[in-house]
Amino acid sequence: MAEPVDGGLAPLLALADAATFTKREIQNCSMAKVSSVFRVALVSAAALAGCSEPAAVPTLHWYINPDNGGQTRLAEQCTQQARGRYRIRTALLPRDSTAQREQLVRRLAARDSGVDLMSLDVPYLAEFAHAGFLREFHPQERQALTEGLLEAPLASAVWDGRLFAMPFNANTQLLWVRKSVAEDAGLDLNGQLTWDEIIEAAERTGTTVQVQARRYEGYTVLINSLIMSAGGAILVDPAAGKDAVPAIDSAAGRAAARVIERLANSPAAAPTLANADEGVAQAGFRAANGGFMTNWPFVYTAEAGRPLQEDFGWSRWPAVERGRASAPPLGGVNVAISAFSKRPSLAVEAVACITSPASQKQYMLAEGLLATVESVYDDPEIRAAFPMADLLRESVDEAAPRPLTPYYPDITDVIQRTWHPPASVDQTTPARTARFIVEVLHERRLL
Amino acid sequence: MAAKHEAGARRAIRVTPAAWPRTEQRLGWSLCAPAVGVMLAVTALPMLQALWLSLQSYRITDPGSRRFVGLDNYALILADPLWWHTVGVTLLITAITVSAALVIGFALALVMHRITFGRDMVRTAILVPYGIVTIVSAYAWLYAFRADSGFVPGWLGVANYDFFAGFGSSLFVICLSEIWKTTPFVSLLLLAGLAQIPTELYEAAKVDGATARQRLWKITLPNMRGAIMVAVLFRTLDAYRIFDNVFVMTGGANGTETVAFLAYRQIISRTAIGLGAAVSVLLFLTVVLIAFVLVKAFRADLSRIGHE
Repeated sequence: MAEPVDGGLAPLLALADAATFTKREIQNCSMAKVSSVFRVALVSAAALAGCSEPAAVPTLHWYINPDNGGQTRLAEQCTQQARGRYRIRTALLPRDSTAQREQLVRRLAARDSGVDLMSLDVPYLAEFAHAGFLREFHPQERQALTEGLLEAPLASAVWDGRLFAMPFNANTQLLWVRKSVAEDAGLDLNGQLTWDEIIEAAERTGTTVQVQARRYEGYTVLINSLIMSAGGAILVDPAAGKDAVPAIDSAAGRAAARVIERLANSPAAAPTLANADEGVAQAGFRAANGGFMTNWPFVYTAEAGRPLQEDFGWSRWPAVERGRASAPPLGGVNVAISAFSKRPSLAVEAVACITSPASQKQYMLAEGLLATVESVYDDPEIRAAFPMADLLRESVDEAAPRPLTPYYPDITDVIQRTWHPPASVDQTTPARTARFIVEVLHERRLL
Repeated sequence: MAAKHEAGARRAIRVTPAAWPRTEQRLGWSLCAPAVGVMLAVTALPMLQALWLSLQSYRITDPGSRRFVGLDNYALILADPLWWHTVGVTLLITAITVSAALVIGFALALVMHRITFGRDMVRTAILVPYGIVTIVSAYAWLYAFRADSGFVPGWLGVANYDFFAGFGSSLFVICLSEIWKTTPFVSLLLLAGLAQIPTELYEAAKVDGATARQRLWKITLPNMRGAIMVAVLFRTLDAYRIFDNVFVMTGGANGTETVAFLAYRQIISRTAIGLGAAVSVLLFLTVVLIAFVLVKAFRADLSRIGHE
């Protein structure tokens, strides 16, 4: 490790071995005689071409979640900027968040040193950090890297008071509304909207309310936000791990159950409700009887240049109780360094490059996934592409994280099991969930 | 009594390894030793390890909490309604798919056996589903039946019906896909059985004035008993371990979880290695039990045929 002097990134980047690698690379490729002016350019070219001994440039393997190529592009750019100190190779994880976790857990539990960096979906950080899978960012690194970050994304990368990942992108949901339908129903998109109002409006106008209620992670996202919007939580003390106490058997839990129950038994529910993921909801919103949908902002960017964009309105995620601000879902991806990486200091450099404000802006424009650095939202290009940028920033900042617990996979499985299918939810569901959570955490039940 | 006597006589004729010269015995062992070693390494060791793990409470994401719990995991599983539910679902799927595959497979085997025109074409066409990876066929059936993108609900006149929202309808598609995928295998085995029946039997029956139905029940089926039993045995053991279709189509929703899926959920999703290993061991024991019962039943049946 380089000695941190002023807490900035410069000392981290000034690695002693970087120069060694550069020199070796040049000699290997018999370019030693080339004038030094061209060296820099040649070195990066050599790095890209894998000139002569490819092992000379250390390779960092970054396991990424599938996107539209944005992370691969950042990997290439950061490789170029590293000028031969390291190169980043990406490896693709499965599409489904649960499956991504499963693959990473298997690799890391086996101490696979072939994973240096990973794009980690936010709810799994506590589990990974607790298991000792992740390298902690030192206080100096933390100070340098986390300046200007939004609160909620930063909190999702911290476990036990220590930083185990860098927030790379955040995600939150809005209520997407067909402007024409809202007009018919007489809804004011600038004021607070509640679930009851939306379901009623959809019933009146013969349209649908699209949500994610398949038995998968997205359904937990919905339920968690409903509970937190009603002022409650799933667990009292998520950090207690096995001994966490459920808080779901409460007025807030029952208020959340009431919303699901009401929607599932309403004509405003899509026939696909029990199997609706983000894509199914998006398709349902696009259909002729589409009216309302809670979903991530990618649904808006996907509409660019299409006729529907004109009719695309938005509002903050709906409230459960009038007068109480809603707690929109918090999604997103953190970039973490494996505890078994053989090149942790280079990995820190790579993380700094991947999560820099410029990278985040580029990623947000390309992928529709939100930046975790506050300043990006004021960028003119971002404001042009995301007319709802302020609402997005506000939603991310006030978003409801899923419980940060090392046993999150158990918690989410219990919730999905007890709350699915949505039509089966009633006022006893929260109490059943609470009992089941305790039994599962203490390994007294199968899941 | 007679059967025992016959078996005894057969054993006497066979040359037993003990009768071989010592050098040949040694050669034999050294020739098969590498194979035995590999088999032990890739099957026996993992099984023993699973057995050992099943006696522990162990999560790979919480290594510090690892401890020996004896048979607690087994007691927990056998007392859990979810285990019995998955066993019930798995048995139901097994019963439906094996019997359907057997009937349809038999019809297809008859077609393949009798057909004279375009024989190779028909045989190849029938075997196509068998050559498709289960995951792929599961996705194909999923997309065909999905409420938003599938064409089947429209064909059936229930355009907005979601097959994957209820237990019965989900299970229907899961079984349909499984039957479609495995019937060719059954029909292939049955075809082999059909081909072994001497044609003289049919000719003699025809001369005696037996109807087609009588020929089927009195000649074809009894003579194919061996092939049918092999098909039933293989398919049952396979069907009991069903995983892919459930994983792809419902992810275990609507109560469609099977035993193999339950093991996957404990080990892979929940990373509760000890509990999951115990589920796997129980799954293994169930499969052994089914194999034992079927083989026993078949053997009794086969010896009865011999005496008829």
